[in-house]
Amino acid sequence: MSDLTKLTLEAALAGMAAGDFSSEELTKAHIDACMDGADLNAFITTTFEDAIESAKASDARRKSGEVGLLEGAPLGVKDLFCTEGVKTTAGSKILGDFAPPYESSVTANMKADGMVMLGKLNLDEFAMGSSNETSHYGPVINPWRKGEDLVPGGSSGGSAAAVGADMCLGATATDTGGSIRQPASFTGTVGIKPTYGRCSRWGVVAFASSLDQAGPIAKTVKDSAILLESMAGYDPKDSTSLNIDVPKWSESCGKSVKGLRIGIPKEYSIDGMPGEIQSLWDQGIAWMKDAGAEIVPITLPHTKYALPAYYVVAPAEASSNLARYDGMRYGLRVDGKDLTDTYDRTRTEGFGKEVRRRIMIGTYVLSAGYYDAYYLRAQKVRTRIVQDFENAWQTCDAILTPTAPSAPFAVGRKLNDPVKMYLNDIFTVTTNLAGLPGISVPAGLDADGLPLGLQIIGKALDEDTVFKAASALEKAAGFTAKPEKWWK
Amino acid sequence: MSQPKGAVSAEDVKKIARLSRLHVESDRLQPLAEDLNGILAWIEQLNEVDVEGVEPMTSAVDMAAPMRKDEISDGDKRNDILKNAPKKDDGFFVVPRSVE
Repeated sequence: MSDLTKLTLEAALAGMAAGDFSSEELTKAHIDACMDGADLNAFITTTFEDAIESAKASDARRKSGEVGLLEGAPLGVKDLFCTEGVKTTAGSKILGDFAPPYESSVTANMKADGMVMLGKLNLDEFAMGSSNETSHYGPVINPWRKGEDLVPGGSSGGSAAAVGADMCLGATATDTGGSIRQPASFTGTVGIKPTYGRCSRWGVVAFASSLDQAGPIAKTVKDSAILLESMAGYDPKDSTSLNIDVPKWSESCGKSVKGLRIGIPKEYSIDGMPGEIQSLWDQGIAWMKDAGAEIVPITLPHTKYALPAYYVVAPAEASSNLARYDGMRYGLRVDGKDLTDTYDRTRTEGFGKEVRRRIMIGTYVLSAGYYDAYYLRAQKVRTRIVQDFENAWQTCDAILTPTAPSAPFAVGRKLNDPVKMYLNDIFTVTTNLAGLPGISVPAGLDADGLPLGLQIIGKALDEDTVFKAASALEKAAGFTAKPEKWWK
Repeated sequence: MSQPKGAVSAEDVKKIARLSRLHVESDRLQPLAEDLNGILAWIEQLNEVDVEGVEPMTSAVDMAAPMRKDEISDGDKRNDILKNAPKKDDGFFVVPRSVE
């Protein structure tokens, strides 16, 4: 039998439907790939035995004619989603051996659709990072390599590396400032963050609640659409969940983009961006034009303020969300001389350096005397960014930009310069602030043979157009490169 | 690097750490202050934006807060709730003494 791990999710689902192979065979092939790839450190917890049981159960369901949207597909879950009875760490020491007695709504949807879960994927601690180096469980290594170990991006680095290395057919991820799209760009995979409110946040460990949104990382645009169809949907347990239907996005993939107006924001040409990224962007513009789209120059004048606004809003919300980790009800407790000392010790030992830094920034910008100068001002700048997009939608239907300002970089290179690390999200963070959908599509390789992605941003709730434009881009790019399998 | 308005001092870091329920060793206060000042100086760019008359954005989605009936929909899960407790006894969380 040919290598089942090379299949796309779409092809694997079709293969099982045709009876070419069972979920059990497919799952076992992926478990072998996961074991081969152990050195990439993509998983924090593996659930291989349970996966084989679920695969057998899926095969039995299929025989009885019960076939869900993801029936029998071996997938990975970012370790930010609570999974019933399976250790959930958020990449942090502070959660200890926390095993949630409940399931996140997103993974519950996927399990109801027949997902086979291979395990829990590594991530930056509490999803705070752009390189997957802040994880308490060690950095994830990018399957793409250049003489030295490279980062897979972050925070969904484990999800991106596992999909990029064919260890799973797709994975869940989350995106607060670019945490789905930047790692997708770094690993030659597709990642979409849908409109805020599409996927329930219930049971997803909170970072910055007004920005956090779940989405998939996948091998193709269509695979990402299939996964998102399963993940999305109204959930009364999340008060910001949108009570609207989930369209058949997979049917939008491959549709013509003739006459679609694609905006090109001039502010996304930034100083210090490698020439290769600019030329890939130009190439993307030409591809969209060839596919029949109309190219429209647009302006998003507040783009440069998006990241500084984000680094007020996100830490502020994080400092509030992470106040719950007090060592009393679950997770780590480090005993001190009294209650306060126990809190201090638990949180100081339990949180890593970057998380502590962000909690302190958040606490500072929310503190008396600074709230108006920092937090309130950032919220107003956020409104300005939303207005930029509203103006742009007067003349275009979707926006094309690079996903990240660089190719994957070496492990350790940017770890000690927070602002430099934050700049990774310069092209992705605007959509989080505005709540818009954005997708990264692998579009080419740089001179070192490392993958680079392009991003399509759409109007709120218009994932339809995003998938259409992204598949046009994917088709034109014809990106088939895979990393050489050096890790076995 | 230019110092932001009201640059954070080592003393401020101590105060922020206390509010955050984090412990910072005294020899780390000054380096951390410099760290925070670097980030805050970068955030100062926001002062260039004209926000006169602009409403702060408080929600990422354009929707009214949903209302629901005030009724019990879940419960009777004491063992589930206590399952992950670092210390428990006889159906209760055990915590350090907080009132003398």
